[in-house]
Amino acid sequence: MNILQLPWRTIAKEAFDRTLPFVNAFCCLHFANKYICSSALAFGPSMIPTISLTGDLVLVDKISTRFGQIKNGDIVLVRSPANPRKIITKRVAGMEGDKVTFLEDPNDKNSSKTVKIQEGHIWVQGDNIYSSTDSRTFGAVPYGLLCGRVFFRVYPFDSFGSLSSRSQV
Amino acid sequence: MGSRFLWNVTRNVLTCGLIGLTISDRYAGIAPVRGLSMVPTFNSGHSTSERSFKDDRVLVTKFCLEKYKFTEGDIVVYRSPNDYKEKQIKRIIALEGDWINVPNSFETLKIPRGHCWVEGDNPTNSVDSRSFGPIPLALIEGKVTHIIWPPQRVGKVEKILPEGRLISY
Repeated sequence: MNILQLPWRTIAKEAFDRTLPFVNAFCCLHFANKYICSSALAFGPSMIPTISLTGDLVLVDKISTRFGQIKNGDIVLVRSPANPRKIITKRVAGMEGDKVTFLEDPNDKNSSKTVKIQEGHIWVQGDNIYSSTDSRTFGAVPYGLLCGRVFFRVYPFDSFGSLSSRSQV
Repeated sequence: MGSRFLWNVTRNVLTCGLIGLTISDRYAGIAPVRGLSMVPTFNSGHSTSERSFKDDRVLVTKFCLEKYKFTEGDIVVYRSPNDYKEKQIKRIIALEGDWINVPNSFETLKIPRGHCWVEGDNPTNSVDSRSFGPIPLALIEGKVTHIIWPPQRVGKVEKILPEGRLISY
């Protein structure tokens, strides 16, 4: 049988019909992940005691960052300004126009410093001020670097539940 | 019969929209260029700052976001550091670790880690790093590779670097 006599049209249609559901599912997943809600593994010492050192699986809400609903005290995912491939978890400690007072050296009570946050920026800080690289070192970050708001912890199961936002650290 | 037809149309429109959105988010999209900040590279044909159908359309690829690897002279789309809702198109002049002559002053500046210096090709009509300083690479949303509209200027975008801005040691 000649290769040209194969029913190419039917084969193409069949292949298209078979792959379409997978493409569709992938697109739905992408949409949900990017615009509605996604999950993230948060770990490291900077958010102790809220998030443990070994790693918590958290749910991230992508809607509030898009519509500018982030408030003081929310836990957010931020792309690190020093390394764009790294995403860090921090707590918002000041919005644009606020004045933030912080300790430059957490062990020295007299090293407090006050800065005013410029337009379109936010101030993020870890809950564990002794071991956190945050706005105290790299300054306020542009709002565009926010990736989402952490609102729910899934794992470990014994601390399953919503992560409430807290006012000033 | 009518409702079934309507349902089919809605479903097809939704599917196409979803696939289009996924492609433009993950791989490549089309963006209009507004304003005069990139004359003569873009929008050189007319001289209004209003949005119009004569605006250039460019192809923005997102593959560079996997590793955040850029070179000097690339044209990128990024979120404005002062207003996260606004996207701007500018040319990268310097990357992290480079020393740059700050225009209109006698300073030289070292670009911090994870940042870059962006400028429009039209220095008289552009809000860029000269007013807000270096921006984090993480704000970048894609690289402009081709002009696809108007038809007489379809083609690849050239990498051009202004002379004498970078200081080499």
